Amino acid sequence: MRTPISFFLLLSGMLFTVGTVGVLIRKNALIIFMSIELQLNAVNLALVTFSRQNGNLTGQVLTFFSMVVAAAEVVVGLAIIVSLYRKRRSIDVDDARMLRW
Amino acid sequence: MADTVVFWIAAPISVASAIAVVLARRAVHAALFLIANLFTLAVLFLVLGSEFLFVVQIIVYAGAIMVLFLFVIMLLGVDQEVSLREQLQGQRLVAALLGLGLLAEVVVAVRLGVGLQRTPLPDFAAVNKGGNVQALAHVLFNQYFLPFEVTSVLLIVAAIGAMLHGRRRMDEEETIDREQAVL
Repeated sequence: MRTPISFFLLLSGMLFTVGTVGVLIRKNALIIFMSIELQLNAVNLALVTFSRQNGNLTGQVLTFFSMVVAAAEVVVGLAIIVSLYRKRRSIDVDDARMLRW
Repeated sequence: MADTVVFWIAAPISVASAIAVVLARRAVHAALFLIANLFTLAVLFLVLGSEFLFVVQIIVYAGAIMVLFLFVIMLLGVDQEVSLREQLQGQRLVAALLGLGLLAEVVVAVRLGVGLQRTPLPDFAAVNKGGNVQALAHVLFNQYFLPFEVTSVLLIVAAIGAMLHGRRRMDEEETIDREQAVL
Protein backbone atom coordinates (compact mmCIF):
# COMPACT_ATOMS: atom_id res chain seq x y z
CA MET A 1 0.00 0.00 0.00
CA ARG A 2 1.52 3.28 -1.07
CA THR A 3 -0.90 5.69 0.59
CA PRO A 4 0.55 7.01 3.88
CA ILE A 5 -1.40 5.65 6.83
CA SER A 6 -1.72 9.18 8.22
CA PHE A 7 -3.99 10.18 5.30
CA PHE A 8 -6.63 7.78 6.51
CA LEU A 9 -6.33 9.12 10.05
CA LEU A 10 -6.59 12.72 8.83
CA LEU A 11 -9.68 11.82 6.79
CA SER A 12 -11.15 10.16 9.86
CA GLY A 13 -10.42 13.29 11.89
CA MET A 14 -12.07 15.49 9.26
CA LEU A 15 -15.21 13.35 9.20
CA PHE A 16 -15.34 13.37 12.99
CA THR A 17 -15.02 17.16 13.02
CA VAL A 18 -17.80 17.56 10.47
CA GLY A 19 -20.00 15.30 12.58
CA THR A 20 -19.22 17.25 15.74
CA VAL A 21 -20.03 20.57 14.09
CA GLY A 22 -23.27 19.03 12.82
CA VAL A 23 -24.28 17.98 16.31
CA LEU A 24 -23.51 21.49 17.56
CA ILE A 25 -25.27 23.58 14.92
CA ARG A 26 -28.34 21.60 13.84
CA LYS A 27 -31.76 21.75 15.51
CA ASN A 28 -33.43 18.83 13.73
CA ALA A 29 -33.12 15.79 16.00
CA LEU A 30 -32.86 13.42 13.03
CA ILE A 31 -29.96 15.32 11.46
CA ILE A 32 -28.22 15.52 14.83
CA PHE A 33 -28.58 11.76 14.97
CA MET A 34 -27.10 11.37 11.48
CA SER A 35 -24.16 13.54 12.55
CA ILE A 36 -23.59 11.16 15.44
CA GLU A 37 -23.52 8.35 12.88
CA LEU A 38 -20.87 10.31 10.98
CA GLN A 39 -18.77 10.51 14.13
CA LEU A 40 -19.15 6.79 14.80
CA ASN A 41 -18.10 5.98 11.24
CA ALA A 42 -15.09 8.27 11.46
CA VAL A 43 -13.94 6.37 14.54
CA ASN A 44 -14.53 3.06 12.75
CA LEU A 45 -12.27 4.22 9.93
CA ALA A 46 -9.57 5.14 12.44
CA LEU A 47 -9.87 1.71 14.09
CA VAL A 48 -9.55 -0.14 10.79
CA THR A 49 -6.57 2.06 9.90
CA PHE A 50 -4.86 1.20 13.18
CA SER A 51 -5.57 -2.45 12.52
CA ARG A 52 -3.75 -2.10 9.18
CA GLN A 53 -0.90 -0.20 10.78
CA ASN A 54 -0.33 -2.66 13.60
CA GLY A 55 -0.77 -5.73 11.42
CA ASN A 56 -3.35 -7.46 13.59
CA LEU A 57 -7.12 -7.83 13.48
CA THR A 58 -8.03 -6.39 16.90
CA GLY A 59 -9.06 -3.06 15.40
CA GLN A 60 -11.37 -4.76 12.94
CA VAL A 61 -12.99 -6.81 15.72
CA LEU A 62 -13.53 -3.61 17.69
CA THR A 63 -15.07 -1.98 14.60
CA PHE A 64 -17.41 -4.96 14.31
CA PHE A 65 -18.53 -4.47 17.91
CA SER A 66 -18.89 -0.73 17.41
CA MET A 67 -21.20 -1.43 14.44
CA VAL A 68 -23.35 -3.71 16.62
CA VAL A 69 -23.56 -1.06 19.33
CA ALA A 70 -24.35 1.59 16.69
CA ALA A 71 -27.21 -0.54 15.37
CA ALA A 72 -28.68 -0.90 18.88
CA GLU A 73 -28.16 2.81 19.51
CA VAL A 74 -29.95 3.79 16.28
CA VAL A 75 -32.94 1.59 17.13
CA VAL A 76 -33.40 3.08 20.59
CA GLY A 77 -32.57 6.63 19.49
CA LEU A 78 -35.07 6.62 16.63
CA ALA A 79 -37.74 5.18 18.95
CA ILE A 80 -37.06 8.06 21.36
CA ILE A 81 -37.32 10.59 18.49
CA VAL A 82 -40.64 9.04 17.38
CA SER A 83 -42.09 9.21 20.89
CA LEU A 84 -40.80 12.77 21.25
CA TYR A 85 -42.61 13.66 18.03
CA ARG A 86 -45.78 12.06 19.35
CA LYS A 87 -45.62 14.23 22.45
CA ARG A 88 -44.51 17.57 21.00
CA ARG A 89 -45.50 17.33 17.30
CA SER A 90 -41.98 18.51 16.50
CA ILE A 91 -38.48 17.06 16.28
CA ASP A 92 -36.80 20.43 16.83
CA VAL A 93 -34.53 19.91 19.80
CA ASP A 94 -35.30 23.44 21.04
CA ASP A 95 -38.89 22.33 21.62
CA ALA A 96 -37.85 19.41 23.77
CA ARG A 97 -37.56 21.02 27.18
CA MET A 98 -39.69 18.79 29.34
CA LEU A 99 -36.72 18.05 31.59
CA ARG A 100 -35.63 21.68 31.87
CA TRP A 101 -36.58 23.60 35.00
CA MET B 1 -0.51 2.64 -6.73
CA ALA B 2 -4.11 1.56 -7.15
CA ASP B 3 -4.90 2.26 -3.49
CA THR B 4 -3.69 5.86 -3.87
CA VAL B 5 -6.07 6.42 -6.79
CA VAL B 6 -8.98 4.86 -4.92
CA PHE B 7 -8.19 6.87 -1.81
CA TRP B 8 -8.09 10.17 -3.69
CA ILE B 9 -11.40 9.37 -5.34
CA ALA B 10 -13.17 8.16 -2.20
CA ALA B 11 -11.80 10.66 0.32
CA PRO B 12 -13.08 13.90 -1.33
CA ILE B 13 -16.51 12.32 -1.93
CA SER B 14 -16.53 11.21 1.68
CA VAL B 15 -15.75 14.67 3.09
CA ALA B 16 -18.09 16.44 0.65
CA SER B 17 -21.01 14.15 1.43
CA ALA B 18 -20.35 14.52 5.18
CA ILE B 19 -20.50 18.31 4.85
CA ALA B 20 -23.67 17.93 2.76
CA VAL B 21 -25.26 15.86 5.55
CA VAL B 22 -24.65 18.68 8.01
CA LEU B 23 -25.79 21.46 5.68
CA ALA B 24 -28.80 19.73 4.10
CA ARG B 25 -32.09 21.53 4.59
CA ARG B 26 -34.26 18.44 4.51
CA ALA B 27 -33.73 15.30 6.53
CA VAL B 28 -34.25 13.08 3.45
CA HIS B 29 -31.41 14.75 1.60
CA ALA B 30 -29.18 14.40 4.63
CA ALA B 31 -30.02 10.69 4.78
CA LEU B 32 -29.15 10.20 1.09
CA PHE B 33 -25.83 12.02 1.50
CA LEU B 34 -25.12 9.90 4.56
CA ILE B 35 -25.60 6.77 2.45
CA ALA B 36 -23.03 8.11 -0.04
CA ASN B 37 -20.66 8.76 2.86
CA LEU B 38 -21.11 5.22 4.22
CA PHE B 39 -20.38 3.75 0.78
CA THR B 40 -17.12 5.66 0.43
CA LEU B 41 -16.10 4.49 3.89
CA ALA B 42 -16.86 0.91 2.83
CA VAL B 43 -14.52 1.39 -0.16
CA LEU B 44 -11.80 2.69 2.17
CA PHE B 45 -12.25 -0.38 4.40
CA LEU B 46 -11.56 -2.45 1.31
CA VAL B 47 -8.42 -0.45 0.58
CA LEU B 48 -7.27 -1.15 4.14
CA GLY B 49 -7.59 -4.88 3.56
CA SER B 50 -10.78 -5.54 5.49
CA GLU B 51 -13.18 -7.28 3.13
CA PHE B 52 -15.53 -8.44 5.86
CA LEU B 53 -16.14 -4.95 7.24
CA PHE B 54 -16.61 -3.66 3.67
CA VAL B 55 -19.57 -6.00 3.24
CA VAL B 56 -20.90 -5.47 6.76
CA GLN B 57 -20.70 -1.71 6.33
CA ILE B 58 -22.87 -1.88 3.22
CA ILE B 59 -25.36 -4.41 4.60
CA VAL B 60 -25.70 -3.08 8.15
CA TYR B 61 -25.14 0.66 7.72
CA ALA B 62 -26.17 1.54 4.18
CA GLY B 63 -28.83 -1.18 4.26
CA ALA B 64 -30.44 -1.70 7.63
CA ILE B 65 -29.67 1.48 9.56
CA MET B 66 -30.39 3.89 6.73
CA VAL B 67 -33.66 2.13 5.90
CA LEU B 68 -34.63 2.62 9.54
CA PHE B 69 -33.74 6.32 9.24
CA LEU B 70 -35.78 6.69 6.06
CA PHE B 71 -38.72 4.92 7.70
CA VAL B 72 -38.69 7.36 10.59
CA ILE B 73 -38.39 10.33 8.21
CA MET B 74 -41.38 8.97 6.31
CA LEU B 75 -43.30 8.46 9.56
CA LEU B 76 -42.64 11.97 10.84
CA GLY B 77 -43.21 13.72 7.52
CA VAL B 78 -40.45 15.14 5.34
CA ASP B 79 -41.74 18.70 5.35
CA GLN B 80 -40.72 19.54 8.87
CA GLU B 81 -40.25 23.29 9.09
CA VAL B 82 -36.62 24.11 9.72
CA SER B 83 -36.34 27.04 12.05
CA LEU B 84 -33.26 29.08 11.28
CA ARG B 85 -33.39 31.29 14.34
CA GLU B 86 -30.52 30.91 16.74
CA GLN B 87 -31.62 30.15 20.26
CA LEU B 88 -28.17 30.91 21.62
CA GLN B 89 -26.37 33.99 20.36
CA GLY B 90 -23.46 33.07 18.09
CA GLN B 91 -23.91 29.33 18.52
CA ARG B 92 -22.83 28.57 14.97
CA LEU B 93 -19.71 30.72 15.16
CA VAL B 94 -18.61 29.07 18.40
CA ALA B 95 -19.39 25.63 16.93
CA ALA B 96 -17.29 26.38 13.83
CA LEU B 97 -14.40 27.61 16.00
CA LEU B 98 -14.60 24.50 18.19
CA GLY B 99 -14.63 22.36 15.03
CA LEU B 100 -11.50 24.07 13.71
CA GLY B 101 -9.84 23.58 17.08
CA LEU B 102 -10.71 19.89 17.06
CA LEU B 103 -9.37 19.49 13.53
CA ALA B 104 -6.10 21.22 14.49
CA GLU B 105 -5.78 18.91 17.49
CA VAL B 106 -6.32 15.83 15.31
CA VAL B 107 -3.70 17.01 12.81
CA VAL B 108 -1.18 17.60 15.59
CA ALA B 109 -1.99 14.26 17.20
CA VAL B 110 -1.52 12.38 13.90
CA ARG B 111 1.68 14.32 13.22
CA LEU B 112 3.12 13.40 16.62
CA GLY B 113 1.73 9.88 16.82
CA VAL B 114 2.12 8.40 13.33
CA GLY B 115 3.94 11.04 11.31
CA LEU B 116 2.62 12.47 8.08
CA GLN B 117 5.15 10.68 5.87
CA ARG B 118 4.80 7.22 4.45
CA THR B 119 5.99 4.62 6.94
CA PRO B 120 6.67 0.95 6.23
CA LEU B 121 3.63 -1.14 6.98
CA PRO B 122 3.48 -4.74 8.18
CA ASP B 123 2.54 -7.37 5.66
CA PHE B 124 -1.21 -7.73 5.95
CA ALA B 125 -1.44 -10.72 3.63
CA ALA B 126 0.10 -12.84 6.39
CA VAL B 127 -2.50 -11.63 8.89
CA ASN B 128 -5.34 -12.29 6.44
CA LYS B 129 -4.03 -15.78 5.71
CA GLY B 130 -6.84 -17.96 4.41
CA GLY B 131 -9.06 -14.94 3.84
CA ASN B 132 -10.05 -11.92 5.93
CA VAL B 133 -13.37 -13.45 7.02
CA GLN B 134 -11.72 -16.64 8.25
CA ALA B 135 -8.96 -14.76 10.08
CA LEU B 136 -11.46 -12.37 11.68
CA ALA B 137 -13.72 -15.27 12.73
CA HIS B 138 -10.73 -16.98 14.31
CA VAL B 139 -9.95 -13.93 16.44
CA LEU B 140 -13.61 -13.19 17.19
CA PHE B 141 -14.61 -16.69 18.30
CA ASN B 142 -11.49 -17.41 20.32
CA GLN B 143 -10.21 -14.25 21.88
CA TYR B 144 -13.41 -12.18 21.91
CA PHE B 145 -16.05 -14.84 22.39
CA LEU B 146 -17.55 -13.46 25.61
CA PRO B 147 -18.03 -9.90 24.25
CA PHE B 148 -19.61 -11.44 21.17
CA GLU B 149 -22.17 -13.26 23.31
CA VAL B 150 -22.81 -10.14 25.39
CA THR B 151 -23.73 -8.19 22.25
CA SER B 152 -26.72 -10.53 21.81
CA VAL B 153 -28.01 -9.37 25.20
CA LEU B 154 -27.47 -5.77 24.10
CA LEU B 155 -29.45 -6.31 20.91
CA ILE B 156 -32.36 -7.92 22.80
CA VAL B 157 -32.42 -5.07 25.30
CA ALA B 158 -32.36 -2.55 22.43
CA ALA B 159 -35.26 -4.32 20.68
CA ILE B 160 -37.34 -4.35 23.87
CA GLY B 161 -36.47 -0.72 24.57
CA ALA B 162 -37.51 0.32 21.05
CA MET B 163 -40.79 -1.53 21.43
CA LEU B 164 -41.49 0.17 24.77
CA HIS B 165 -40.76 3.62 23.33
CA GLY B 166 -42.65 3.05 20.11
CA ARG B 167 -45.73 1.71 21.85
CA ARG B 168 -48.65 4.12 21.87
CA ARG B 169 -50.29 4.47 25.27
CA MET B 170 -54.04 4.74 25.61
CA ASP B 171 -54.16 8.29 27.02
CA GLU B 172 -51.72 9.52 24.37
CA GLU B 173 -53.84 8.03 21.64
CA GLU B 174 -56.79 10.08 22.80
CA THR B 175 -54.91 13.36 22.74
CA ILE B 176 -53.57 12.66 19.25
CA ASP B 177 -57.07 11.86 18.00
CA ARG B 178 -58.36 15.09 19.49
CA GLU B 179 -55.60 17.09 17.81
CA GLN B 180 -56.39 15.49 14.51
CA ALA B 181 -60.09 16.30 15.00
CA VAL B 182 -59.16 19.97 15.50
CA LEU B 183 -57.04 19.95 12.36
